[in-house]
Amino acid sequence: MKHSMFGKKLKMRLGGGIVIAVILMAIFAPLLAPHDPYDQDLMSRLIPPFWNAQGDWTYPLGTDNFGRDMLSRLIYGSRLSITVGVAAALLACTMGTILGMWAGYSGGYAETAIMRLADAQLAFPDILLAILIVAAVGGSALNLILVLGLSGWTVYARVMYNMTRSIRERPFVEAAVSHGARSAYIIRQHIFPQLIPVLTVVATLQVAQMILQETALSFLGLGLPPPTATWGNMLAEGRDRMWAAPWISNLSGVAIIILVWGINMLGNGLREHLDPNQRGRQ
Amino acid sequence: MALLNISGLTTVFETATGPVGAVDGASFTLEAGEVLGLVGESGSGKSVSAFSILRLINPPGKIIGGRVEFGGQDLLSLAPRQMRAVRGKDISMIFQEPLSSLNPVQTIGAQVMEPLLIHTSIGKRKARDRALAMLYRVGIPDAESRFDVYPHQLSGGLRQRVMIALALVCEPKILIADEPTTALDVTIQAQILALLKDLQSELGMAILLITHDLGVIAEVADRVAVMYAGQIVESAPVQAIFDDTAHPYAAALINSIPDRTRQARRLIAVKGNIPDPRHLPPGCRFAPRCGFAQPSCVTTVQKLTALDPTHATACMRVQAGELARPIPTLTPELPHG
Repeated sequence: MKHSMFGKKLKMRLGGGIVIAVILMAIFAPLLAPHDPYDQDLMSRLIPPFWNAQGDWTYPLGTDNFGRDMLSRLIYGSRLSITVGVAAALLACTMGTILGMWAGYSGGYAETAIMRLADAQLAFPDILLAILIVAAVGGSALNLILVLGLSGWTVYARVMYNMTRSIRERPFVEAAVSHGARSAYIIRQHIFPQLIPVLTVVATLQVAQMILQETALSFLGLGLPPPTATWGNMLAEGRDRMWAAPWISNLSGVAIIILVWGINMLGNGLREHLDPNQRGRQ
Repeated sequence: MALLNISGLTTVFETATGPVGAVDGASFTLEAGEVLGLVGESGSGKSVSAFSILRLINPPGKIIGGRVEFGGQDLLSLAPRQMRAVRGKDISMIFQEPLSSLNPVQTIGAQVMEPLLIHTSIGKRKARDRALAMLYRVGIPDAESRFDVYPHQLSGGLRQRVMIALALVCEPKILIADEPTTALDVTIQAQILALLKDLQSELGMAILLITHDLGVIAEVADRVAVMYAGQIVESAPVQAIFDDTAHPYAAALINSIPDRTRQARRLIAVKGNIPDPRHLPPGCRFAPRCGFAQPSCVTTVQKLTALDPTHATACMRVQAGELARPIPTLTPELPHG
């Protein structure tokens, strides 16, 4: 069988490298950014990036409509994407895992209530739900995290529910019951540890989803209000000047693509690494 | 008074076509310090009976009747929290397949410590010491260095020893052993049975041994209860079961043991199959397979009745003195089918 173009090691290294680089960039933004991302200079509006003939190394990646440095704004913009993406994925992960394990282990009414709620929510597009809520409560980093986190739990709930159900039937769980263990103890000690590999993969891939949703909301004007530097905001701002200053949209778009691609790469690499059926290959 | 007194235990499984009885009014007792063998073929309800004692029956299964008296209380009416306090501490259980009954991602030491951490408030260090002592006691050589290995790193015999250590670490009064040697090869089987017997006299506990192997019964049991289609059909001291068999089913089971002194070409099987629990014969459940059945056997419900203080049978014809005991082992022409 022909192997995929990238081996799992390369995927994990490349994806992990991109993710770590972006995280470091977000943490050390004040040290890395050459300018204040909010410093407007109307004399130097719409300067193209350095590779253009009119480019200027003072602003390596050019400036936007208000003369703000693109590079600095991109660096600062990573902060929101990373924070919202990771926090929302963690929130969704915690909530979905707890509810999914509960539904899967106890069965009965809890199972019906939780899983039918998940079904109902899955029937409704996440982004639409997010738009509704953010439009109602307003955009802030915390609101974005809550909205995206609360709408993303279903993925985890379904995966964890199914895995818990299959693990619950295994004899060692019955043996633990016969030793007098409580349900909570069994879930914590015997079921949860077996879910961690899958959880890691799903959560990683979910971060990319969350970042995309956050950018989508920002692009639609439902994220943090301008002038906050977020990749989605920058993408939206550049839309008006697509012909005159394509770099504004293009650069923010490329930033989003690189990060999401890197996270997906890492997630897929992890999946192959943790999947016992793939062990021993390449 | 018996240590464990089970009366009228009835467990059913809900199916689309209505409840199906797995155990139907089983009654037996377990005295302190004895080994009671519960025998029967597959599907006779012996494992379900054992699981019912500890209330380990999961839906769609349900215990719908009877009493399981232990220490002056009916286990079937305990609150879940009180029941958990009994499991693993007063009554514990070992299972058929040691590999799947141990958590594959936990070290054996951590697993043997588990019942202690659940039932006692001794610290982790003391629990570790006691778990280690127990591992030595069940004959795991060099347990100290094996404390932190995973189940898949041990052989089948050692895994079953770990299971036994796990079940006995809280020194229970009753051990329920559900076919503890079925998954092991013959030499290891003998070792495990000897170990159980040793530990039983050492710790003074009672053992309920579930098996389909009469050889195992002959080796370790003090008393035997024979189960058929969810009911106890004969209960007697181990010697009496073999020498003074009082139920045609028990006789047929004993007769099916390969005998090396007999030059038989074929094994003598009990003809037919265990009845479909959805369509049970109205009278004696063994009647359709029984060589001694009479028309009245097919229609009359038969009850386990004592022949003498230690020996009881559910066969109406034996109770009436119509059949000589022991039941002739070579049964007459069995009906076909």
